Amino acid sequence: MSASIGLIASRLRLEEKRLLDAFAQRNVEVEVVDPRALRFGLTQTSLPWQVALNREISGTRARYGALSLEAAGVTTLNSAKASEICGDKWQTSVALREAGVPTPHAALALTPEAALDEIAEMGYPVVLKPLSSSWGKRVSLIRDADAAEAVLEHCAALPSPQAHLIYLQAYVEKPGRDIRVVVVGDQAVGAIYRSSKGWRTNVAKGATTTICDLHGDLADIAIGAARAVGADIAGVDLVEDTDGRLLVLEVNSGVEFAGLQRALGEGCDVPGKIADLVIERAGAVPAGALS
Amino acid sequence: MIAACPECENKIDLPDTTRLSEVVECSDCRSELEVVSTDPALLVIAPEAEEDWGE
Repeated sequence: MSASIGLIASRLRLEEKRLLDAFAQRNVEVEVVDPRALRFGLTQTSLPWQVALNREISGTRARYGALSLEAAGVTTLNSAKASEICGDKWQTSVALREAGVPTPHAALALTPEAALDEIAEMGYPVVLKPLSSSWGKRVSLIRDADAAEAVLEHCAALPSPQAHLIYLQAYVEKPGRDIRVVVVGDQAVGAIYRSSKGWRTNVAKGATTTICDLHGDLADIAIGAARAVGADIAGVDLVEDTDGRLLVLEVNSGVEFAGLQRALGEGCDVPGKIADLVIERAGAVPAGALS
Repeated sequence: MIAACPECENKIDLPDTTRLSEVVECSDCRSELEVVSTDPALLVIAPEAEEDWGE
């Protein structure tokens, strides 16, 4: 059976280039699709791709692209549902809790005023995150009531109604690092520590990366987290608390793996694993193999 | 492939492996540039990162 595969991306980062290399090494043709040119009719049922690998950098386009592709019968990785859950920190927390995946206490306040009461109940320090941000943007560590009032005033002044929903997460004392695990299919394929002098450990914020042993508990929890949100391909962020327990902070559906790949070297082939999964879902055979 | 920086007109030498939608940096003015055509090579100012960009 042959199949056509689309790679949805408006920006070809290192990850997308490595993915295209991986497909080429497997002699499988992939069409790069710029979602900025995509449009979908309600009754559209035929698109040129059987499977789409959604690598769109815009969370909004990624979610609506996945939704529209699936509506037209295209199998999309990650699915629209997984993209929606991962794109919303509260939905992620709820999904993790329902699946029994260890995660810090979190709360959603429907107004900044209600958030003040919730913070007083949770105690300090507490972490305030925009519901749908990435790369550590506008994530705040709040250590006292003065800081809480100031940050919440800023949230209240933002024009988007969604910005007035306040997601709070209990701050976990961590050993200057967190852990990123990449999950592909049913397998945890690699893990790194992300270390930083500051409290935020996003690679996008300049954190350094080192190899992390992918031991059984870590792999199991990361795979459980990916399953909880329905993601076939996931970047799972975990933290170790002072008792050594692993807690899942969030799950990323559009995982950036360049930092992990650099730290782990060629022994861990993340783009190859992703390409293999997409090819398997597509039921594709290498170009020319049918002739 | 040679393409002109739309910001400062610097001539940028792009590798033959350059693909559409890649982002390159102008060595002169440091502008981030998006490849919108490879034949002929054409660069435009890359979009600024938006609020919803990320993982």
